[in-house]
Amino acid sequence: MLTPSKYWRESPQRYRLEAAKCTKCGKVFFPPRLVCDSCKNGEFEKTTLPDEGKIVSYSMIHVTASNFSDEAPIALGIIELDNGTKITAQVTDCTEDELAVGVPVKLEFRKVQEAGESGVLCYGYKAVLKR
Amino acid sequence: MEGIVGYGAYIPRNRIKVEEIAKVWGADAPSYKKGLMLEEKSVPSPDQDVITMSVEAGRYAVKRAGVDPKEIGAIYIGSESHPYAVKPSGTVVAEALGATPDIHCADYEFACKAGSEGMFVCFGLVRAGLIKYGMGIGADTSQGAPGDALEYSASAGAAAFLFGNDGVIATVDATHSYMTDTPDFWRREYQNYPRHGGRFTGEPAYFKHTLGAARAILEKTGLTAKDFRWATFHQPNGKFPLRAGKILGFDKEQLEQGWLVPRLGNTYSGASPIGLTAILDVAEPGERILMVSYGSGAGSDAFVFTVTERIKEVQDLAPKTRDQLDNNKRYLEYGEYAKFRGKIRKIEE
Amino acid sequence: MREVAVIGVGIQKWGELWEKSLRDIFVESALNAMKDAGVDKIDSMYVGCMSSGLFTGQEHIASLLADYLGFNPNPAVRVESACASGGVAFRQGFIEVASGFSDVVLVGGVEKMTDVDGGTATYALGTAADQEYECYNGATFPGLYALIARAHMSKYGTTLEQLADVTVKNHDNGSLNPHAQYPFKVTREQVMTSTMVADPLRILHCSGITDGAAAAILAPVELAKSMKKNPIIKVAGSGHATDTIALHSRDDITFLRATAEAARRAFDMAGVGPKDIDFAEVHDCFSIAEICVSEALGFFEKGQGGKAAEAGETRLGGEIPINPSGGLKAKGHPVGATGIAQVHELVTQLRQDAGKRQVKNARRALSQNMGGTGGSALVHILEVA
Repeated sequence: MLTPSKYWRESPQRYRLEAAKCTKCGKVFFPPRLVCDSCKNGEFEKTTLPDEGKIVSYSMIHVTASNFSDEAPIALGIIELDNGTKITAQVTDCTEDELAVGVPVKLEFRKVQEAGESGVLCYGYKAVLKR
Repeated sequence: MEGIVGYGAYIPRNRIKVEEIAKVWGADAPSYKKGLMLEEKSVPSPDQDVITMSVEAGRYAVKRAGVDPKEIGAIYIGSESHPYAVKPSGTVVAEALGATPDIHCADYEFACKAGSEGMFVCFGLVRAGLIKYGMGIGADTSQGAPGDALEYSASAGAAAFLFGNDGVIATVDATHSYMTDTPDFWRREYQNYPRHGGRFTGEPAYFKHTLGAARAILEKTGLTAKDFRWATFHQPNGKFPLRAGKILGFDKEQLEQGWLVPRLGNTYSGASPIGLTAILDVAEPGERILMVSYGSGAGSDAFVFTVTERIKEVQDLAPKTRDQLDNNKRYLEYGEYAKFRGKIRKIEE
Repeated sequence: MREVAVIGVGIQKWGELWEKSLRDIFVESALNAMKDAGVDKIDSMYVGCMSSGLFTGQEHIASLLADYLGFNPNPAVRVESACASGGVAFRQGFIEVASGFSDVVLVGGVEKMTDVDGGTATYALGTAADQEYECYNGATFPGLYALIARAHMSKYGTTLEQLADVTVKNHDNGSLNPHAQYPFKVTREQVMTSTMVADPLRILHCSGITDGAAAAILAPVELAKSMKKNPIIKVAGSGHATDTIALHSRDDITFLRATAEAARRAFDMAGVGPKDIDFAEVHDCFSIAEICVSEALGFFEKGQGGKAAEAGETRLGGEIPINPSGGLKAKGHPVGATGIAQVHELVTQLRQDAGKRQVKNARRALSQNMGGTGGSALVHILEVA
């Protein structure tokens, strides 16, 4: 369930695509973490993910979780951003026949879900097709 | 000299045609099209609201300005469709732009004038030297009751302007605000849709205030219509801004670039601000621009801008307004439009 | 380390068991396993269960189930690793017996899934994915496996027909299994025109919502011999591995790294390889999963799993029969119970007791159980000693 604190804690990533770059081997982590899984280094510098990339895989989800049912069907994608980092995001404002592996996209700021009729509004990134 | 250092507009890609709405309510589409000079309007997707459109417009403005977001000292969003009744829109936008925490945020509301209010206050704070940069945003996902005349025009869009005093692309040469208490349009607490006074919204409301503010700023600056290359007025329908412009002596060629309403609809707080972005997209150095907003209740804010050399460097740095208006459109049927706008009653859990 | 045998297994008919609670289902299967083993007391117990809290509102189930089995005050532990919870319970019991710490250990798995509506069940199952970076953005399990399927189709040319053939084969096998939730056959056309869930996966590519439990009794091989068990079914290999739970964090989303690693460990321990396996029970929560698993286990080359399914190599009587029980698809998938139910099928087959679905002369078999999109995986190899 989406409570305000749980939502708020991730906002640097969801709002600004903040990531962490290992100061030793350069691997980028999204979301940031405390230890690098490649070189075990514990020091990172703040970095921002690029907001453009391409679709690695996608699915038009017809049976959604209940908090997304008003927007069904939703297109879900794995997006490889221009720096190589992969993220899971909805592909919004598109029809099924426009989706394909390799299609270029950019990320936009969108409302991702609502915590019920009266709960917090939850924002983040979604992909849109570059047209 | 203080002025605009960056600007950006955001228009959703969905559209609905006047005929599609008229068909549902048994209304006469040709008379709306002719009488109000409306063809179609923009519609937000279910995942778009004032906050999301403000973030996109704000990002474009920062991109054009080329400034560090941490130097933005204020963000003011004017809207009559803030997603929360209580909780600021501005803080979300500030956070998304990377402008927190040393910043002042406030959400403004003054019917369709709320956007120019944010611009006016930012300009004032910059001129006073209290902040280095300030962002004024006008954005709305306007409400129009099903079947009401407003449903044909109430649309969605946002415009953001970053004010500062270095790297200015358009100086603010003068401002003038003009207001009285005139109840031509309102929405009470807990109501979903606004109400309006019909023809009362015209002469004693829109025209009195728009013309009042425009005449005062012209007198203040000693300028006349022919001293301007461009002018844009609040545009609740196609007719009103053209008529206001004509009365003031502007010809169609001066008005057309910022006159977006026939295919955009009325973006309420975004209306004249988005018109201004369309003008900045094509403006040449040295050109003078008049912008006059109007908000029911009622009042107008007028601005005189002069475009600088730097405009040519920034126009192509972010999507242009008329490109967003003309390209990449998706037409909705009324059923989908009603779903997108939350007009369908569902089980409440 | 002592050699460990499976001396008893128990299950019941799975499905929507409206009249039975979580504790009823578990105790029923556990008593069946004890009866099968011929034991009336156990030293300790491991229960695999993914989410009794979200599905039924009950936590602290290890002690509860020990109480209802009449085992208090002996120790009981619940283990959770999403849909691999049963496999983990089996491995923990195996380690406890092998180490000499206990002699007779009951390992079980249970899930009671039908006390909540479909949306809540989808949410509960979704907690096996990354809540903040997958589910927050709308991911569901069918959706995540659909991403794997699309990538596999794009990279290797796997077809919708091949995906459907996995389902057809598992329903053919399940129609021969008296415990199966969906004991009927389906055609390729029925699969390919069934309701779309998450494109390209349709409802007949997906395992269902099931109430069920399964249990097994582990004991040292020496004890099994003294009890005159025949045949003695030995745990020859056990492998357990993890991977990122977020699918997008993997270099290649079509390759199940944790399954490959767990298999390597289990094969090394047993001193055998994929070609030495007579049949396998694998985690076909979605048809694409069986294809990817069959590649990660080394039965087929990368990208060849779909073609092998289409060619009938995984059918009963094929090169390497997969899921003779009907798999998760036809037998049902009460998530925490699945890893133990696979062992039930292995033991039944190795005893040559599987009736019409018997894999002829089965002497050595493999089970593969995984959690989420493959973030945890267990591989066990059982053989007739």
